[in-house]
Amino acid sequence: MKSDGASKLKSVLTGGGFAVTAECGPPRGANAEIVHKKGEWLKGCVDAVNVTDNQTAVVRMSSLAACLHLLELGIEPVMQMVTRDRNRIALQSDVIGAYSLGIRNMLCLSGDHQSLGSQPEASNVFDIDSVNLVHAVRVMRDEGKDMSGFALNGAPDMFIGAAENPFADPLSYRVVRLAKKIAAGVDFIQTQCVYDLPRFKEWMRMAREEGLTEKVYIMAGITPLKSAKMAQFMATKVAGMDVPEAVIKRMSGVTGPAALEEGQKIALETIAELRTIPGVRGIHIMAIEAEEQVPELVKAAGLLPRPVK
Amino acid sequence: MIVAKQKPIAELKEMLRPYQKVLILGCGTCVKTCFAGGEDEAATLSVALRLAFGQEGKSIKTEELTVERQCEDAFIQEAAQAVTRNEAVLSLACGAGVQAMARRFGKAVLLPGVNTTFIGVLEKPGLFTEECSGCGDCELDTFGGICPVTRCSKRLMNGPCGGSKNGKCEVSPDIDCAWQLIIDRLTALGQLENLKRYIPAKDWRPSLAGGPRRLLREDHVI
Repeated sequence: MKSDGASKLKSVLTGGGFAVTAECGPPRGANAEIVHKKGEWLKGCVDAVNVTDNQTAVVRMSSLAACLHLLELGIEPVMQMVTRDRNRIALQSDVIGAYSLGIRNMLCLSGDHQSLGSQPEASNVFDIDSVNLVHAVRVMRDEGKDMSGFALNGAPDMFIGAAENPFADPLSYRVVRLAKKIAAGVDFIQTQCVYDLPRFKEWMRMAREEGLTEKVYIMAGITPLKSAKMAQFMATKVAGMDVPEAVIKRMSGVTGPAALEEGQKIALETIAELRTIPGVRGIHIMAIEAEEQVPELVKAAGLLPRPVK
Repeated sequence: MIVAKQKPIAELKEMLRPYQKVLILGCGTCVKTCFAGGEDEAATLSVALRLAFGQEGKSIKTEELTVERQCEDAFIQEAAQAVTRNEAVLSLACGAGVQAMARRFGKAVLLPGVNTTFIGVLEKPGLFTEECSGCGDCELDTFGGICPVTRCSKRLMNGPCGGSKNGKCEVSPDIDCAWQLIIDRLTALGQLENLKRYIPAKDWRPSLAGGPRRLLREDHVI
């Protein structure tokens, strides 16, 4: 099923609604059933589904292909695109191709370094950075031109997203970088998972002070923790993640199903808190290999029905 | 300087196995400074190779010579007779030196003795670090004298990625985040404004993307 019109995620956000998106990691293989299964879990509980692009530098089904599987199920995808693996020619070509097939949203990223993935011997590309990619897609959309200035026969009307990590250093520069992405043409931001609410609030305050929340839709990242081990792993092994000691402590007091419950509870408390922060326009749930938990979480958070019409 | 690292003895041994008489040719400039292929290293390597072959009952005759720079024809000439006397030349120069030798001595067998690694500096005794990629379009003025093309693992030109933590790169805690260094330095210089400017997609043509590079100086052509 092809998308008929413009991005629905865009209409939710521009219409003043509180948007909910979730992440779907494609399989490490050609088994499309896995995408279908994840899609069925997420259908009806989110406004759009992000499809990762070889996340953590591990080979998976391509984001574009998995996005098409979701479209067939009637789910609106957000195609993630990293600049690690393709040069500007391939990136622009894929943006055009994706739009022609019905994809209306994308998220521009630089991508995890390949030395952290399963094939560290690979060469990287990094021909352009994520801010350059945002700019390139914006010019393709608004001016109908590719990066060479060539007038395209059909401009891709993409709703353009980018990521921001309020927890990476240096904090003082994070908002400058956000402003740079906005100036380059980004429409919406999905943030790194929020566990450290005080730091997130500080970042949001700085963004509001610069007037940035008036110019971009910020969606806060949520990843429900599943165990103490996962909390530890996220705190120490995942690049750019900030898990406060108090959260790790809460998770280490419980095991098995009780740990899952505690993780969901923390996520629900975080969502409730996020909804009170001025400028937060939605949440983005990254339930890593636990997409089946998303419907319950969204329901318990009182954010149904989805997608917002 | 160009920083290089001597190849392991085991690899050199396999490379030299077919030959009885080998010239070990040092280079007296960059690789000497980084302790990979100067006069001292040529002498030490010569002994090490003879010992290594001796252990398996094979004898090899080595001759050592070091010229000022193997990348310059004027200095290479000095090695002409030694090259003719031997069956192969183990060059301890960087890749440019090995190729200049091969160009000069059409019939000589040229073998690389070092792995050429990067353009860098001696940061502290025993530690060499990469500083320049030779991208052909220097923008160090914008970045406070710290190169994001070389020193950011993702070559990002518009600020740090989300993986920077406590001043370290997501790739390894041993790598300083170039962007943290850039921001710190520009803050100290009062030039943080530089980083608010959008840096357009880089033109890689002056780099290797334009094919092998050459520099023609008309004013020096005779």
